[in-house]
Amino acid sequence: METTAPNLLNVTHVSKHYMKGSGEAGVPILDDVSLTINEGEIVGMLGRSGCGKSTLLRIVSGLIEPSEGNVVYLGHPVDKPAEGIAMVFQSFALFPWLNVQENVEFGLRAQGIEEDEAHRRALKAIDLIGLDGFETAYPKELSGGMRQRVGFARALVVNPNILLMDEPFSALDVLTAETLRTDLLDLWTEGRLPIKAILMVTHNIEEAVLMCDRILVLSSNPGRISAEIKVRLKHPRNRLDPEFRQLVDTIYARMTQRAEPKPAGKDGHFAGMGFGMVLPRVSTNSLAGLMEALAAPPFNGKADLPVIADELTLEVDDLFKIGETLQLLRFAEMESGDIKLTPAGIKFAGGEVDARKKLFGDHMLSYVPLAARIRRVLDERSTHTAPANRFIQELEDYMSEEEAERTLRSVTNWSRYGELFAYDESSQVFSLENPQ
Amino acid sequence: MAHKWIDLTSFNRRSIPNVWDFIAFALIVALFVAITHASHGMTAHLPDKNDSTVNLDYANLPYYASRSTIRMFLALIASFIFTFTYATLAAKSKRAELVLIPMLDVLQSVPVLGFLSFTVTFFLGLFPGSTLGAECAAIFAVFTSQAWNMAFSFYQSLVTVPRDLDEVCNGFRLNGWQRFWCLEAPFSVPGLLWNTMMSMSGGWFFVVASEAISVGDTTINLPGIGSYLAMAINQKRVDAVIAAVITMLFVILAYDQLLFRPIVAWSSKFRVELSAGQESEDPWVLRLFQRTRFLRQIVIFVGDQFTKFAYLRLPFPKFEGLSGKADPRLSRAFDYAWFGLIGLITLWALWEIERFVTSELSWSDLFYAVGLTFITMLRVVVLMALATLFWVPISVWVGLRPTIARLVQPLAQFLAAFPVNVIFPIAVILILRLHLNPDIWLSTLIIFGTQWYIVFNVIAGAAAFPNDLKEVAATYGAKGWQWWRDVMLPGIFPYFVTGALTASGGSWNAAIVAEYVKWGDDKVAAHGIGSYIAQATEAGDYPKIVLGVAVMSVFVILFNRLFWRPLFGYAERRLRVN
Repeated sequence: METTAPNLLNVTHVSKHYMKGSGEAGVPILDDVSLTINEGEIVGMLGRSGCGKSTLLRIVSGLIEPSEGNVVYLGHPVDKPAEGIAMVFQSFALFPWLNVQENVEFGLRAQGIEEDEAHRRALKAIDLIGLDGFETAYPKELSGGMRQRVGFARALVVNPNILLMDEPFSALDVLTAETLRTDLLDLWTEGRLPIKAILMVTHNIEEAVLMCDRILVLSSNPGRISAEIKVRLKHPRNRLDPEFRQLVDTIYARMTQRAEPKPAGKDGHFAGMGFGMVLPRVSTNSLAGLMEALAAPPFNGKADLPVIADELTLEVDDLFKIGETLQLLRFAEMESGDIKLTPAGIKFAGGEVDARKKLFGDHMLSYVPLAARIRRVLDERSTHTAPANRFIQELEDYMSEEEAERTLRSVTNWSRYGELFAYDESSQVFSLENPQ
Repeated sequence: MAHKWIDLTSFNRRSIPNVWDFIAFALIVALFVAITHASHGMTAHLPDKNDSTVNLDYANLPYYASRSTIRMFLALIASFIFTFTYATLAAKSKRAELVLIPMLDVLQSVPVLGFLSFTVTFFLGLFPGSTLGAECAAIFAVFTSQAWNMAFSFYQSLVTVPRDLDEVCNGFRLNGWQRFWCLEAPFSVPGLLWNTMMSMSGGWFFVVASEAISVGDTTINLPGIGSYLAMAINQKRVDAVIAAVITMLFVILAYDQLLFRPIVAWSSKFRVELSAGQESEDPWVLRLFQRTRFLRQIVIFVGDQFTKFAYLRLPFPKFEGLSGKADPRLSRAFDYAWFGLIGLITLWALWEIERFVTSELSWSDLFYAVGLTFITMLRVVVLMALATLFWVPISVWVGLRPTIARLVQPLAQFLAAFPVNVIFPIAVILILRLHLNPDIWLSTLIIFGTQWYIVFNVIAGAAAFPNDLKEVAATYGAKGWQWWRDVMLPGIFPYFVTGALTASGGSWNAAIVAEYVKWGDDKVAAHGIGSYIAQATEAGDYPKIVLGVAVMSVFVILFNRLFWRPLFGYAERRLRVN
């Protein structure tokens, strides 16, 4: 079927990188991404936070220009937002000063469509999406689910060919998200939506398998398409269907695959060893919590990722963050959809507070080059102090400003727990004052 | 209590003065100097009118009050036009921003009241032989008390437009015009209107001060409350002063009820945080407009027309400043040209100032002015400290009792809007009768009108203090000094800084009118830069006015940058509860 469907949109060899202050090309976000969207399909882009999937979606929509490569929609290059492509946002992005109807009419009125015509079409869209009776309500008065319905209505009312969705359900609670997903899928399968294709971004594996006909798995740093998985299950899909579970497991495995070794000199990726790796914000409580859960029965040191995610009611994205941090610290290993504690991890889980801190501190010094670096600088200086700024600046050679700050903050928090050094927030200075 | 945490946005930024501040300052002083030169030849055009235009008959008071009010609104319109153009330009063009924002910062610190005589001569020159020039000057004075603040708020909104809403507008291909009215203007409403209303409160002070203007030997009295008051002072009519005070009370009450409260409550609709949370006020005027069928129809009609206007597809230039599409080499060349131009203008400004200073003033003048400014600064600091010690405990006590706070809070806001210069004569009479030392007792007038900003901000802070923290303090038995130091003072500190900042700015301005006051032919003067400027104005000594205003501005800028901003930054970083 896919072979005969006309293709709506082509992304060819798209790359994107940050611009440094000096105007040179900085750290790459997306690297040589190509994809096609055909009529009649729902395509999912699945990846970890920070893999550039939202950036890719914005390039497709024309909101951002790629550094290299191009996007072609119905034969025309997309270099600014194009007619026929509409977007739904994670944060809903509703205007708080407009009521439901006015929000839905927004895109129509902006295009100069007559007031009466806009009214009529907006009411139809409101009706379709199940917002009847809420026309005059303001976004503040609505629940999250209702707000996102307004977001959908606003996008659908302009009759787009392609609907882009940026994690549209991730700001909603589990039940609301499921209702909204089902409603949308029903409308889609019944052919009642005025759209020809959907491209959605998500970090939720089950959501992708539930909704998409084709899933593109993105790897991080820089973002690349690492796998394309076709989902041939019939709608409505059943999460408990063995085939469904099998697919979820396969994708988990793909996403935990060790990244292939990078060319020498480039150590910007997370799993690497270098000083310049970008670290996520993970609290030491989460790290300890996951190790304890893993060490205890029924897992006894080893667990299937989807199972433990379910058990701990963790979002996949959070689980990956914690798991990879443990992997970095050599407390655990992740491979082909499993996570396993190392002997050090088992020792940590069984230890007392002080023993844990000591062990954690030692691992920080051995495996987190930035922590070792800060400690060494502090040891060498006669004052035993150093400003945070200097490390931020060093990190910025490898990553964006925001990432540098986050990375330093994470290392600071972990090091405080491991009692490696102290940090004074108001003066932003590291020191050796109170540890040990 | 509609406002919880109103950020004085301009104070969140860098604090150490840099080269751009210097350039901005030079430009502004040079502008003053240039106006001085220009206005030397203009004084001949003063209208041939004497004091008889204002009559102390009580029956005239409503008419005078309406004239003053109209001036306020004209100034407000001018301020909005300025805000929408100046701030938009600063926010959309990186190059313009570099100059415009420091300029705004400096202008905010210039006590423009001291400069009234120049603007009067300048405007009189524009409309020779008519009072229109004087009207413009009065309106301009009010404008200068409002515009900077509003422009800052709008600029801040423009650069913090939420990214997702921005993307929605881009995605639907809005043009510059639609974007401005559909996104940027509505988004700025809560901050802008709050700042506007606060500025307007301050504006009453300026309208009173600027209606009766003396330049050298000539006095122009524009019909208004301020002139009525000036006349009453001239003729030593206590009853007329009291009548003016009472009229002003009514005017401010009407302003407070008909405008301030409804508008601030209405603007909460534009807040972007999607939580319904905050308890909101329900002023009767707003209710009237929302519930009365006839008024409601009008509101809906106006709203519809505005929507049509906002969605107009006018080919409005969309600034492409940040898109980076331009050839980088061309862009760099443009940068050099731009910086070169600024450099040249700055050089001209410095040369102009130098020429002016060397020809008209001596170093001793400068030292004298600096010395006087220190005295005024001492006054402001001491009085702020006294007001703080006196009002913070009272305000906290009030703020912790919601029923009392509901009564006191509007009163404090009302008092902050009341133009305190209306009651100056009463203070002068007391000082004269009791033979008090003016250096001490005139000082109190500086803080008289501005202390209310501390009061109502601290009340708001104490009222917003989280209940769970109060309960923690109670369960662990925190009492006395420990309760203040660990619980309440950190909790209200951000609010206090906000209020104190406004109060301090207002006090510097008040110094110009408060350090030199008259009652008939009796004059009471304190030592200070305020009375220096006021006396120079009376004598028509332009060089001294420029010197006084410039020195005072430098002090205010440094005071803000080195004292208030670090405090504000600290409060923002460490003590913000929510």
